[in-house]
Amino acid sequence: MSPRFVRLAETDRPSFTIEVDGRAVPAFEGDTVLTAMLTAGTHVRTSEFGPERRAGFCVMAACQDCWVWTADGSRLRACSTPATPALRISTTDPDATWPNVG
Amino acid sequence: MAERRVIVVGAGPAGVRAAATLVRAGLRPVVVDEGLRDGGQIYRRQPAGFRRGYAALYGSEAPKAEALHRAFDALREHVDYRPETLAWNVVGRSLYVARGARSERLEFDALVACPGAADRVMPVPGWQHAGTYTLGGAQVALKAQACAIGRRIAFVGTGPLLYLCAAQYAAAGAGVAAVLDTSPAALKFGAMPKLLANWRVLVKGVGLTLALARSGATRAAGIVPLEIEGTPERGVTGLRWSDAAGRESRIDCDAVALGWHLRPEQQLADLAKCRFRFDAGTRQWLVETDVDGRTSVPSFYLAGDGTRILGADAAECAGELAALAALADLGVAPDAAQAARTAHLRAELARLGRFADGLAQAFRWPAARAAALPDATVVCRCEGITAGELRATVHDTGAREANRAKAFSRVGMGRCQGRYCGHAAAEIIAAAAGTDLATVGRLRAQAPVKPLPIALASEDSA
Repeated sequence: MSPRFVRLAETDRPSFTIEVDGRAVPAFEGDTVLTAMLTAGTHVRTSEFGPERRAGFCVMAACQDCWVWTADGSRLRACSTPATPALRISTTDPDATWPNVG
Repeated sequence: MAERRVIVVGAGPAGVRAAATLVRAGLRPVVVDEGLRDGGQIYRRQPAGFRRGYAALYGSEAPKAEALHRAFDALREHVDYRPETLAWNVVGRSLYVARGARSERLEFDALVACPGAADRVMPVPGWQHAGTYTLGGAQVALKAQACAIGRRIAFVGTGPLLYLCAAQYAAAGAGVAAVLDTSPAALKFGAMPKLLANWRVLVKGVGLTLALARSGATRAAGIVPLEIEGTPERGVTGLRWSDAAGRESRIDCDAVALGWHLRPEQQLADLAKCRFRFDAGTRQWLVETDVDGRTSVPSFYLAGDGTRILGADAAECAGELAALAALADLGVAPDAAQAARTAHLRAELARLGRFADGLAQAFRWPAARAAALPDATVVCRCEGITAGELRATVHDTGAREANRAKAFSRVGMGRCQGRYCGHAAAEIIAAAAGTDLATVGRLRAQAPVKPLPIALASEDSA
């Protein structure tokens, strides 16, 4: 499957990588975590209440659809968090102990 | 004067003009802004390191965007600017703000809230699939990140933003597959007399629709969106709709942008206990204010689209008016120039108000469709609760008030706190209970207005 977001311009910025589920993902300076994740993949997490994947919705920090987890277990909102080198992201809640629907 | 503590919440068109007005009067306001940079949503500034110019980012509104940014740049050393900071509660004359994991209490003598607006959304069957975004979200992806939300995108809903966002995508080289308006064309002609109150914007709007006609995208008005097709793994794969004559169509697409005009952000005003009124024209609750932005709560002022959707030009006027009102109430008597300015700003707001009435008429909230959504439609996108479950709650418990139905069904209790399901849920409750929308009421705001880290350290400042 091709990535969800398409970069249309501004691709000459300095780049670095972040880690998503153990995989290196390229990012440009000024990218949000959401942009880095969706220009390399199709979603940021799985819904707790249904079988579907989620990839953000409002992109302006209002809907809270794009929460992801960092390696240290804290949670961040991907659309409003700038990507930074050495950031390590998990698309699943490391503390979730209940079976997911579907 | 210097001891007067005034806080401006928001740094969009209203917030920047409010702050400028306070600084001109010799005050040093605190400006609390959720954004990384000033500009708000409409004039959102791209991150440092991006090189696109104003014309590419803001089109016909480039001079206004640049003027607002320059105005705030000039204010920076005269205000206490708090970017990336959430105003999450207000109690009496205390505002609670949080940045990262630090919370702080700020006392104020006057608070000018300029919270802006977000997309007013109606559920569409299948909107829970990844690749469904709001129109505003699609626009942010383009403006702030130079990204398109997909390769073949359907723009669905109604309102100026439907056409603006699709046209911006087409101009940026993105794949605009369809632009589908739920409002019939006849409504727009009927609204023309009011829309002429701002004929320059009307001309721009016509220009956008002509540009989209040339783009080759499928276009239709008076449609009903039937389903966003998709799979849990792939997300959005297509869209089905029926046209005004009831004929069904479908297209392949990998993204959908949805929006039915805009909805004011009202949480802070609600927590401050401001009085609301039901606006029958747009079928929603609005905070009661006087022409200058005074609410029913002394020392709490409201300006911009958070009051009523009047657009960015009106927000600039309203921000200045609200600041002047706050100053007058704090005992700073207006001079002759300010009095003349106030009269001009009020007249301008009245004119833009007529235009906004026209927009609401031309791009109508499709209340009947919301009430008639199929039972299987997810209404609460946060927790996957369907229209059928909400109707069953109304029938089984007799709940006909929004907060009671929320308590039983959980619709509105999820992580978006009702921002994206509340209006449609109210229509569904009203139809299921056989009552009118005003009787259903509105979801009460809860603090914090957005989720905060559990490990929040607090420091009080008096």
